[in-house]
Amino acid sequence: MKVVVDMNKCQDHGQCVFAAPDVFRFDDAGHLAHVPDPDDALRDEVEEAADVCPLQAIRIED
Amino acid sequence: MSTNVVVVGASMAGLRAAEQLRAAGWAGPITLVGEEPHMPYNRPPLSKEVLAGKAPFASLAFRPRAGVADVEWRLGTRAVRADLDRRVVELDDGTVLPYGGLVVATGMRPRRLRCPGPLTGRHTLRTLADAQGLRESLTRPGARVVVVGAGFIGCEVAATAVALGAAEVTVVDPLPLPMVGPLGELLARALLRRHEQRGVRFALGTGVTGFEGAEHVTGVRLDDGTVAAADVVVEAVGSVANTEWLDGNGLDLTDGVLTDGQLRVGGRHDVIAVGDVARFPNARYDGVPRRVEHWSIPTDTAKHAARVLAAHLTGTDAGLAPFAPLPTFWSDQHDFRLQSFGAPVLGKEDVRVLEGDPDGDVLAGYHRGGRLVGVVALGGRAAAAAAARHRAELLKQPALTA
Ligand SMILES: Cc1cc2nc3c(=O)[nH]c(=O)nc-3n(C[C@H](O)[C@H](O)[C@H](O)COP(=O)(O)OP(=O)(O)OC[C@H]3O[C@@H](n4cnc5c(N)ncnc54)[C@H](O)[C@@H]3O)c2cc1C
Repeated sequence: MKVVVDMNKCQDHGQCVFAAPDVFRFDDAGHLAHVPDPDDALRDEVEEAADVCPLQAIRIED
Repeated sequence: MSTNVVVVGASMAGLRAAEQLRAAGWAGPITLVGEEPHMPYNRPPLSKEVLAGKAPFASLAFRPRAGVADVEWRLGTRAVRADLDRRVVELDDGTVLPYGGLVVATGMRPRRLRCPGPLTGRHTLRTLADAQGLRESLTRPGARVVVVGAGFIGCEVAATAVALGAAEVTVVDPLPLPMVGPLGELLARALLRRHEQRGVRFALGTGVTGFEGAEHVTGVRLDDGTVAAADVVVEAVGSVANTEWLDGNGLDLTDGVLTDGQLRVGGRHDVIAVGDVARFPNARYDGVPRRVEHWSIPTDTAKHAARVLAAHLTGTDAGLAPFAPLPTFWSDQHDFRLQSFGAPVLGKEDVRVLEGDPDGDVLAGYHRGGRLVGVVALGGRAAAAAAARHRAELLKQPALTA
């Protein structure tokens, strides 16, 4: 599974960080960082993170 | 008995319900019925980026999960009646759809002002079509704009209108402060100052008695008899639940559709309600059923309710504790954001500044019985991040009893 975040859309709502803390986090500078190729076992978490992004900035590619 | 699940309302809550039914293991047929001609799309940008011309309409469509590739969409079609005893839904094209499970996801429509005067030039904002129409009016050079209603949508539209270069933007509300209902006095005052500094005028503590003009509106008449000149009027005075199609089934439809703590409707196990239209008790708080018009609720309700319905349809037990979401909302206005977690509305009588100060970035804590029940940040990114830091604490709190 590949996770792509459109950083032009991202507005730092952080909802993905709550939904999938294993994949998304804020770095020390407060910018969103993510694991681009998480384990497939995390698929539900990532799907949820994509759902709760108010900007629809998260894409999942297989 | 039909094995079809019929979802009425093909917007965010309806889409998420269908996706979550699949995630919960429901492999049978699903039909989504939606009055609008569009696939489900995101509404928050309608009062912000879309209205401002910064996001194309095409960018609003939701990303559907793969699981719903096989559902049947009946768009541009309205449900006109349901008979919950016979388990059928009747559509405006005469189709009668039998169901084994029914999802109520029909959301809200804007409330209209009922006072005399012309209709042309008056707008509401809920749909893509509304946003397109309003944008056309707001971008006419020299537009004088009166927004009736200083709530969520009214404040956002006023901010966007200023950004679009409207000649005058006035917000009218019978209440003394903007968004005082959800925010309480402290932040409502801070919000008022920020809007005024950025060029929005307010006529507060006054209602609207009528509209001036022959065919096209030219002004808004206020309680005290004065008239605010207007080329564009936006009515942002709350919303009404779309439940008429459920009439005649003995349901409590006084404000949305009443559900139990598992989001089931009318004591039935085959009907659930999701999204803005659902009036549900939140086991996290006082158990009083309320509707919650926040963007997070369609997803939260869909996840819980779909498990409940899928378990019923497959004759298993969902074994779920009562629904207890942590509400969250945001609102972007001018160059600042409001970010809320929890239920500040329940703690409006005891608001304390937790960080910062109301003239800059501020984080306010809302308390009930001495306990933190919600936080709201007003300001830039740092304030929103500060609010998010309290989220875990709010999640850990034991249930608040009535
Ligand atoms: C302009 C705007 C800005 C917003 N901004 C924010 C924000 O910044 N932050 C935030 O937290 N929340 C915001 N919200 C709230 C959020 O968008 C809503 O909570 C969410 O859209 C609710 O989704 P829903 O699917 O429950 O209802 P809706 O989106 O109202 O969908 C209901 C659907 O059902 C259809 N329907 C109704 N009756 C029938 C029928 N009889 N038959 C068939 N179909 C029917 C309707 O056409 C509609 O498509 C905003 C809302 C609006 C309108």
